[in-house]
Amino acid sequence: MTKNTDHAPADAGRRDAMKCMAWAGAGVLWTISGGVASSVLATGADAAPRARGSLDFVQISDTHIGFDKAANPDTLGTLREAIAKIQALPVKPAFMIHTGDLTHLSKADEFDTVDQMLKAVNVPVFYTPGEHDTLDEGNGKLFLERYGKGTWGTGWRSFDVSGVHFIGLVNVVNLNPDGQGHLGPEQIAWLAKDVAHLSSSTPIVVYAHMPLFDAYVPWGWGTVDAQQALMPLRRFGSVTVLNGHIHQVISKVEGNLSFHTTRSTAYPQAAAGTPGASPGPLKVPADQLRHVLGVRDITRLHGRGALALVDQTLA
Amino acid sequence: MLNLTPVRPALAIALLAVHSAAAPLSPSPQGAAAEAATVGKASIKIANFNFGPAALTVPAGTSITWTNNDDDAHSVVADDKAFRSAPLDTGESYSFTFAKAGTYGYHCGLHPQMHGKIIVTG
Repeated sequence: MTKNTDHAPADAGRRDAMKCMAWAGAGVLWTISGGVASSVLATGADAAPRARGSLDFVQISDTHIGFDKAANPDTLGTLREAIAKIQALPVKPAFMIHTGDLTHLSKADEFDTVDQMLKAVNVPVFYTPGEHDTLDEGNGKLFLERYGKGTWGTGWRSFDVSGVHFIGLVNVVNLNPDGQGHLGPEQIAWLAKDVAHLSSSTPIVVYAHMPLFDAYVPWGWGTVDAQQALMPLRRFGSVTVLNGHIHQVISKVEGNLSFHTTRSTAYPQAAAGTPGASPGPLKVPADQLRHVLGVRDITRLHGRGALALVDQTLA
Repeated sequence: MLNLTPVRPALAIALLAVHSAAAPLSPSPQGAAAEAATVGKASIKIANFNFGPAALTVPAGTSITWTNNDDDAHSVVADDKAFRSAPLDTGESYSFTFAKAGTYGYHCGLHPQMHGKIIVTG
């Protein structure tokens, strides 16, 4: 197993996440406004006020930059609207997680566009690839060159923010004819080791592109070795699993594990198993499109295990 | 949809046998050797997240062309990874010449629930 250190730009994401950690513990100015306590970052005048002790971050997914077919000829426009929604959030997120399919065809200019556009939010972004991001000849080499620093293998990683342990997994590389996403033994072994030292009360957030639960296997909406991979997480009190890929919100709870897929900013897909439908871009009436695209805001209040997820459409 | 050249001269089969010993699977059209061995053509349509026909029987030396008619991108990847297309956007095609008899399973590299099979007769 090797850690990726070459051919990557400086990883501002990790550095800034560390800054967030420090901020959660110290360096906070308390303000009271209308009886509600909130804090601002002592060193960042532009940081928005936030609720006491909370961690806020955003999940964005399936931006599919490069797609221009009937289901949405203007994926740049809808991404711009999604970014505006994020910028308008009452609490500025500490960072964003992009759960894959940044691009439609893994082209360098598509990656560039996503990068440039998401910079407007001015927070670190942690990317995990979708199958559309690993179509280059190197099976994801382009993605790793850009976002691989500080990751392992095909791009998986973990980091800690405000007492929450985040794990970014990759289940889209070298897909097999078994018909679903897969993680592979090396990544599964890494995951078991990664969480072995953690207290069971540590809140865990896992993110990956394809669903890590059986969302709808006949359409490939699952991960063939997810059950095995998640086994070491069953002892934890709170495990939140965030996925993309299926361009719609589906949630499932299994004991202490909760699974949540999210919307795309580019185009919708049919509801799982819709008779006669395929899992491809779905054209809806133009005035309906923004009702089925969106982003997700996630908040954790200190002293509570569960995270609050708010799914927001572009409408 | 199926576009087979019906007649194969005996000479072509003999040449093919020699060729296939050296390179049983050669990419086409890049592989010049495979080009020489091509004795027919067939096509497969990718539509509504299916390969059509999903199973196709062809004589050895047939060049098969897959064309993507979906709005989503697809690819063509041999189950044993012996051949792999670039991503095919809407309207794009990929061709591969099957030089040697056998059964070749393949899938879409983006949507691995999509399966197809080429049966190559000697």
